Amino acid sequence: MLDTLVNRRHRGFTLLLLCALATLLVSGSASAAEAKKKFKVAWTIYAGWMPWDYGENSGIVKKWADKYGIEIEVVQLNDYVESINQYTAGGFDGCVMTNMDALTIPAAGGVDSTALIVGDFSNGNDGVILKKADKLEAIKGQSVNLVELSVSHYLLARGLESAGLAEKDVTVVNTSDADIVSAAATDDVTAIVTWNPQLGEILKTPGTHKVFDSSQIPGEIIDLMVVNTATLAANPDFGKALVGAWYEILAVMQKDDDAGKAARSAMAKASGTDLAGYDSQLKTTRMFWTPADAVAFTQSADLPKTMAHVAKFSFAHGLLGEGAGSAEFIGMGFPGGVVSGDKGNLKLRFDDTYMKMAADQKL
Amino acid sequence: MKRLINLQPSRLSAMMLALLPFVLVFFAYVATSNARLEANPNDKLLPAMTSFGEAMERMALTPSKRSGELLFWRDSASSLRRLATGVGVSAVLGLVIGVTLGALPLLAAGLSPFVASLSLIPPMAILPILFIVFGLGELSKVVLIVFGIAPVIARDIQGRVREIPRQLIVKAQTLGANTWVVILRVVLPLALPRLIDAVRLTLGSAWLFLIAAEAIAATDGLGYRIFLVRRYLAMDVILPYVLWITLLAYAMDRGLRLLGRRLFPWQAVSA
Repeated sequence: MLDTLVNRRHRGFTLLLLCALATLLVSGSASAAEAKKKFKVAWTIYAGWMPWDYGENSGIVKKWADKYGIEIEVVQLNDYVESINQYTAGGFDGCVMTNMDALTIPAAGGVDSTALIVGDFSNGNDGVILKKADKLEAIKGQSVNLVELSVSHYLLARGLESAGLAEKDVTVVNTSDADIVSAAATDDVTAIVTWNPQLGEILKTPGTHKVFDSSQIPGEIIDLMVVNTATLAANPDFGKALVGAWYEILAVMQKDDDAGKAARSAMAKASGTDLAGYDSQLKTTRMFWTPADAVAFTQSADLPKTMAHVAKFSFAHGLLGEGAGSAEFIGMGFPGGVVSGDKGNLKLRFDDTYMKMAADQKL
Repeated sequence: MKRLINLQPSRLSAMMLALLPFVLVFFAYVATSNARLEANPNDKLLPAMTSFGEAMERMALTPSKRSGELLFWRDSASSLRRLATGVGVSAVLGLVIGVTLGALPLLAAGLSPFVASLSLIPPMAILPILFIVFGLGELSKVVLIVFGIAPVIARDIQGRVREIPRQLIVKAQTLGANTWVVILRVVLPLALPRLIDAVRLTLGSAWLFLIAAEAIAATDGLGYRIFLVRRYLAMDVILPYVLWITLLAYAMDRGLRLLGRRLFPWQAVSA
């Protein structure tokens, strides 16, 4: 088609075009995972992820990277979903995210991912707020403002289930998390689902009631450090350094001595609050302070059940992609060789290997 | 004289040259997409052309499981309604304010600096205020567009009115026209073609504000959908939506240009 349109004078252009194409073809091919020395992990602001900021600034991450002879760059991104998308596209080797987003973004996108560190679960950090009532049942028929398809949406679905309602009983209004506090201040918004610190901010307004929160579904909204499975397999040192650094940071920050307070104050400042504010956010975050704690949670039989719930919700909302025929479309691996869903499409693995090494002090 | 500046493309080669960048981008996309899909058949970042077809069939032709609606058309209708309301109100406001401020120096002295300051406020920066005053419904979305583009249109029209040769205004007065008639018969016919231009130039901003408003709080709309499915990196939906928005914007621009030529043949509307 091109040749018939291009006249003699423009043959040069055609050549140029072909050259450009060839260049793109060569440069565009994705690189397979291989042993390397430099790694990039992304994190975003959230109570349970602030330790990464401290780890980077205090040099703990660098110390552990040096120990294994690698470099780890810890990058803060402003937009949570964007950070996961960047990870999924291959821009980062690891990224912090919740269990649900790990399933619906990288895993559903065909990027085999491993939950290297199970950091904490939300224990009240996510909640449903009603303005005119103090019972969840009253939500029936209302418009609910929340970030659609996020863990807030999942929390709402679980809450509605517990109240004998279904999602069709409410109208979900997708509202950006950045604007949800000002949205909540308007009169026509009467029901909100969000997470901290926005949750606490909205609850400061008189007349607002928290009618359901994540402490009623403990262990279902889990915050993870997720890394690319192939990268991890080719570079176990990357996993060791990250896990080693993580538990050293936690060891520092959980103490109530000066060093611990200084660490938490730094994290508080980086997340826009003060020590008291950050401590209160940690109260509603069930941190796994020791690797043994995290290993026990990862090995428990509840985790596959939780993930089955999450997969069901995700499938019902079309989050597993068009190719998904059922909630079991994406296989999930758990410690001890337990697999749920499609074994041939195993894309999300909960791996306690590295956390166990930390627990056994073998790092 | 054979110099580069004198070389004119023939009709056919002009068309070819116009097509070239599009073709180039298309092939670059297909090549990169193929490479990525080869490495990971489930890659969502750069889906294959067939995925776009499937996604659009699902969005535009298959009733949604939840509401039974054709989501693509519902999104388009909602967005176009908001855009049309916002731009329409802005055009009327801009014309009225621009013409009065341009024609009446007494009013301009009082209001011109205010309108100028207003046009410089980034609307996105005062979103929380807009929410609290106008709520989160349809109104706030339209207000965001109006707030974003009406002052710009007003200032443009005002500038145009100021450019009207003084002689024309004096001439009209010697023929017995009062203020009202001068505005109606001299100022307005010269300002209206500029209004078309101003609207065309601010359409891009209008889309920007529309998408931003829909991203913040909505239940439907083109911007809403893009920001929603971005949550699971559904580029197979996002890219056709972006293409559709581009097409709509292009069609509006051409349409306005044609309208300007039809309505105001006395003033050649710029290309």
